Parts: sequence; C-alpha cells; structure tokens
Amino acid sequence: MPATIAQKILARAAGKQHVAVGEIVTTRVDLAMANDFTTPLALKQFHAAGASKVFDPDKICVMAGRHMPFRDIQLATAVEALRIFCEQQGIKHFYANCEGMDHALAPELGLIRPGMLIMNADSHACTAGALGAFSIPMGSTDIAYVFAFGESWLLVPPTIRVRYTGKPGPYVTSKDFILATLKELGVDGARYKAIEFCGDALAHLDPDERFTIANMAIEMGAKTGVMEPDEKTEAYVRARTQSAYDVVRSDPDAEFESTLDIDVGNMTPLVAKPFLPSNVVPARELRRTKVTQVNIGTCTNGRMVDLEQAAQVLRGNKVAKGVRLAITPATQTIYREALKSGLLEIFVDAGATVNPPGCGPCAGIHMGALTANDVCVATHNRNFRGRMGHRDAQIYLSGVYVAAATAVAGAIVDPQEVLQ
Amino acid sequence: MIFTGRIHKFGDHVDTDVIIPATLLSNTDPQVLGRGCFSEVFPGFADRVKPGDLIFAGENFGCGSSREHAPIAIKGAGISCVVAASFSRIFYRSAINIGLPIAICPAAIAHAEAGAEASADLGAGKITVAGKSYSIPPFPPELIAILDSGGLVPFMEQRLKRERQSGVRA
Ligand code: SF4
Repeated sequence: MPATIAQKILARAAGKQHVAVGEIVTTRVDLAMANDFTTPLALKQFHAAGASKVFDPDKICVMAGRHMPFRDIQLATAVEALRIFCEQQGIKHFYANCEGMDHALAPELGLIRPGMLIMNADSHACTAGALGAFSIPMGSTDIAYVFAFGESWLLVPPTIRVRYTGKPGPYVTSKDFILATLKELGVDGARYKAIEFCGDALAHLDPDERFTIANMAIEMGAKTGVMEPDEKTEAYVRARTQSAYDVVRSDPDAEFESTLDIDVGNMTPLVAKPFLPSNVVPARELRRTKVTQVNIGTCTNGRMVDLEQAAQVLRGNKVAKGVRLAITPATQTIYREALKSGLLEIFVDAGATVNPPGCGPCAGIHMGALTANDVCVATHNRNFRGRMGHRDAQIYLSGVYVAAATAVAGAIVDPQEVLQ
Repeated sequence: MIFTGRIHKFGDHVDTDVIIPATLLSNTDPQVLGRGCFSEVFPGFADRVKPGDLIFAGENFGCGSSREHAPIAIKGAGISCVVAASFSRIFYRSAINIGLPIAICPAAIAHAEAGAEASADLGAGKITVAGKSYSIPPFPPELIAILDSGGLVPFMEQRLKRERQSGVRA
C-alpha cells in the first residue's frame, strides 16, 4: 500500500504494516520532550495519577533553559523541581543551565533523527520535522501519560504537500517561503493534518534554514510538518550522533490530500502584519511603518545562518535612533560560534543588545516586553495580540534581513530596495 | 450532564496567548489561572463570568501554543463548556484530558448572541440556543473512554492500577 511519511512513521510506531488516514492508533514514542513551562504541569498530573516511574529515562528529554537567567522565584523554583525529578528518575537529558532553547538544542545534540516519532509538550515540536522526524505537539497531561507509558493515541492525519520551486532572489529566505505558505493556507488551513514540505527549492537550503519552515507548520494548525531527508540532512545528523536512524520517504504514488505549489523565484521579502501570522504582505507595502523595537532570534530564526544574515546588514551600520534591537542566539553553541567569528562585536558596535541564549522576548515574559505604543518587527513565529506584552503593541513578523534592515532604517523596509 | 448559563461570545482564531498570557504560566493552580483568563486582552472577563456560563466561539478556538494552562484557566474561571465552530488540535485534546467539556457546533455559533441563555447536553449530543436545538457529532471511542473516566488523569490512574495488579508494573 502506498503511504506518506506520516503514515509510514505512525505505522512503524503502532507496530502495523500500514495505517489508513483517519484511523486512530496507539503509537510508541522514540522520544518524549517537555520544557520549563509544560513539564511542571505534566509532573503534577503524573503524580496525581499515582505514577512513580517513567517508561524509559533514556527516551525522555527535559529542556528547561528557555528563560535563563531565571526571571523570577516561581520559575526558578519550578525548574528546580524538574531537576530533582530528573535526577530521581535517571533522566540524563536534562538541560536547564545556559545551553539554550529546546527546538534548536535537541537537533544540535543529535537527539533528533530522521524517522523518529517524537511527542513534545510544546506547539513548536514540529521544528524537528526539518530532519525528517514526525514530531507532534501535545499538552502537558498527554505528555504525563507518555512519560508513564511511552505511548499515546493518535489520529492518522491526511497530508498536505507544499512544494517549493524556483531559485530565491537576493534577501529572500526560508522565512519568506513559510510566510508565503501561511498566506495561502491561513492559520487553520492544515488543522488536524500533516504538512510535507518538498520541492527543488528546498535543496538550496541547509538544515538550519529548513528548521524555520518546519517550525511554523503549527501556525497553520498542522499536527506537524515534515521534510524528506536528503544528503544535507544526513550530513547534519551524522555530524552529531552515532545513533542509527531510518530515512523515511513518501511513496511516489502516496495519496496527498492536496498539493500547494509555491514559486519562490519571483518572491520578494514578506512581512506578517498584526495580529495573525497569516496576515502576510510584501515588505515594500509597509515601508515607512515606524518601529520602536526589533527582535532577531527564537526557535524560528535564532541559528548561525540567521545571525550571519543579521551581521551582513548590521556591519558598519547603526541601529536607528529610537529603536531597540535585541539579538538572541538560540543556543550556547551558536552564541559561542557568533562570538568567535566576530558577529557579536558587529552587533554591539551597531548598538544592539545581545541576549543570553534562549527564547528572548518571544513570549512576552523575558528580555524585552512591549508597551501599548510599541511597534515591533520580530523574526518570531507568532504575532498574536498581547503575545509580547501589551495588547495594543503592534507585532510584525519577518525574516532576518527585513528585521535587521528595519532596525537600521527605523521603519519597515524591503532589503532588496536598500541593500546592494 | 447538562450545562446551562449565559453566552460569552468570541470570534475566530482565539489563541492561547489571549486566553492566558505567558507571564502567568509558572502557575498551575486552576483558581489563579482562572483569574488570569483573558486578563490581558479582555480585562475583567473572569469577573463577568457566572459559574456555569458558556463560551461560544468561531473557528480554530485555542490555536497557538500548547499551554494546557489555557483550558485549565477557562475551567478555573467558571466556564462550564466551550462550544466552537472548530477547535485547534492541541486544545481539543487537552480540554478533554483536563475535563473541560467542549462541543463542535458551527450551526449553534451562527445563532448565538452574547448574553443569551444556552445549554449544552453532551450526553444527548445537542446544544440549545434561544429555544432551538442543534446536534453535535459524537466523540471518537478513544476520547469517550477518557471522558467516561473523568479525564486523562483518572484514566491513567486506572491503567496504572490494572498494570500493578497484573504484575506488568511494580
Ligand atoms: S522561541 Fe518563542 S515560540 Fe520558540 S520555543 Fe521559545 S517561546 Fe516558544
């Protein structure tokens, strides 16, 4: 029976030959993950149910270092309890120092491999799909159940295929690929479905750029997003782990619910306007929109390739008067690399703040909240009302080139128009 | 179980940042989260809710982050049931897991007015607004088993007990 990546990975995890779209199956997980905000609630439920031992400490990973150094006593106390739990249970994959934020850190450590079935108590679990894993976001109680039994029920989703073709022009990045997709599918166009990203344009991208695309599958309501692994994926994974993996591809005659073709060849840099990530227009339509804050980083755009793009724009330039620019490397490894290659100096010289590794101001709780009068361009994945502070703060989403050029200009600009 | 109360009406794509801001997430107490429910974007919401009231909302309710604090906050605020044209996937699962009753009923949403009386009878599968009833689709059997247990925690408790009795688990 022809099958999609989603069907193949779920069938294997359910111990079946084949699973049909719409079927409900019980699947074993290869990895269960949770973070600073979702693990405390998961443990509360785990204990409330009378569970005492996790199913397999080696298949659990708790990454609780999103907001380091700690913002307040409550968070510090909550993470302290997680450390004690992980010690008692023998969970070695516990990170809550300065290592960085989970969606960038887990792939970096080789914990994410092609063909895995992952359940993660965080909506951006889908980021791991860039390496060909099927990584499903769940709530805390679902994860508590997975911690205890190593399995959960799932509906086998239909798959929407998103095919990127063409060669992107200057300053058009993978963020623009996914913003263009959001514009087409809307914030619920993939609800309960899987998205398979493919097409020859992906071959031009390194895994670090592909994460940006997979990361925002959830913004269309998808169960997850996934990409077929290629040589670049395998090189990335092999450089990080000895563990075996399983490259899973959709059969040529697999059934997709629909196919969306996106030509990236004649695309210009894009921006999502407040307050939905699907509110997408070309950046040049917004020129002269004055901003007060620019944020570069997060699980969407906080990797080395992103910092290099930022440096390309900021080198020898200054952040405009009245604009605060903060740059947040996603992990400590990225931070160190940016330090060694001189990028941090470029940022500081330009007048930016470099945040410690983590999520930065993305969720409005740490490192840069917005007031009612602020207008912010961020490389994040969400611009919901109130997401970064006051409900009236205006949040625009973009790729790194647009964000950095905007910080210099003091107003939204299309980098194609101002950079050579 | 029949839930009866006044309608609090919302539009499409109500996201979890709006339901409960991330600043309140280091808490897991339903009472505290209930007071924070919609506090940033619709200040005073929790004060306006009378126990038993219902939320009626458009498409994709609960989209965005996976924070289970969102359904907990709604329940903690005293809302008895959320009726929506559709739900985001994570919110749908989590609501059932933590025991917040939900129903998908686009027809009822189209006729619901803020402040009006409504009732939801999930056992009989119907939503009543202004004297008119609308039917709702049944839940899949996997979810009925969880609902019947009173949520995923008691469901888990029962499975742990069975496994301990049969010696599968220490
Ligand atoms: S960077 Fe933002 S979206 Fe990503 S994990 Fe952190 S808070 Fe969530």
